Amino acid sequence: MAEIAFYGFSALSIGAALTILFTRNVMYAALCLFLTLLGVAALFVLAGADFLAITQILIYVGGVLVLLIFGIMLTYRPDRESNQKKNLVLTSHLNQFWGGLVALGIFGVLFWVILNANFMIIHSPQLAEFTPQRSTLRSIGVHLMTTHVWAFEVAGLLLLMALVGAAYIAAQREK
Amino acid sequence: MRTLIDFVQRIFKTNMVSEFGTIFLFIVTAIVLIVSMLMLAKLLRPHKPNVEKLTTYESGEDPIGNANVQFNVRFYVVALVFLLFEVELVFLFPWAVVFGQATLIQQTDGLWGWFSLVEMLIFVGILVLGLAYAWAKGYLDWVRPQPKVPVIETKVPANLYQKVNEKYGRPSVNEK
Repeated sequence: MAEIAFYGFSALSIGAALTILFTRNVMYAALCLFLTLLGVAALFVLAGADFLAITQILIYVGGVLVLLIFGIMLTYRPDRESNQKKNLVLTSHLNQFWGGLVALGIFGVLFWVILNANFMIIHSPQLAEFTPQRSTLRSIGVHLMTTHVWAFEVAGLLLLMALVGAAYIAAQREK
Repeated sequence: MRTLIDFVQRIFKTNMVSEFGTIFLFIVTAIVLIVSMLMLAKLLRPHKPNVEKLTTYESGEDPIGNANVQFNVRFYVVALVFLLFEVELVFLFPWAVVFGQATLIQQTDGLWGWFSLVEMLIFVGILVLGLAYAWAKGYLDWVRPQPKVPVIETKVPANLYQKVNEKYGRPSVNEK
């Protein structure tokens, strides 16, 4: 049962990702990205990372994708004259060789890192007495407040930098 | 690699997948229900389109131009600020479930609660600085477009209409 679900969601993700690659309509690509991210979230659930799955849906599907579609609508200057033409946001495939090379390089690095990574099992026996639930949420909370508290505060600083920078750049355009 | 496989095998023995399976069933039911309703409606309804029926507003204005207009950049700024605070919210979730845990507080003589509270206040405080910055710089202000009130330059003085009304016995607008 779990294997069928795994292959089903994998096929959904890969199929949607291939559609992003080969479609010329940017809007279709954005909608297919939605399917890909949903499929990856389901794969996270199957791998036992429930918090990661919820985060994926909350941030990537609910936030980044909306931002992406806003970006398309913001930068695309449509043909105002004709209302008979279809509303297609078309693009052309450029830089196929270098794009493919970069993608392969990133894939290689990620593959190597994942194979060699020493994954910490978050449900360690010491923590099990405090976190009787099956969900990883409590274990992540305990780790966030103990071993990773420094990274947690640095993440806050990073978010502050992103907020100030993004607001500044976006406001520059408005003038 | 070995630990990863062990981890996945251990997770499949627990019940987490079946709990998310309930959510999955909900999604599948929603899709199947909508598709079957639409198919049923397509089978039942008569299909006789004409030009008038196929317009966007069947008994309204004819649409002019393209519906695909360029967006205002202000939507983008608001979406960016929303996204950053959403990420902050995601960090708050795991903190909120362990912050008040009684066993952890007892074992540390209450230190756990104070420590995690202070850490979270620092985290939120850093982001409040960013919000204050965006607020003070006016990035959050939603500039409303000013309505263009048509101004008519006319040689006829305004009180002339009132005089005409008084002359012909109509009640003045001001008297109401």
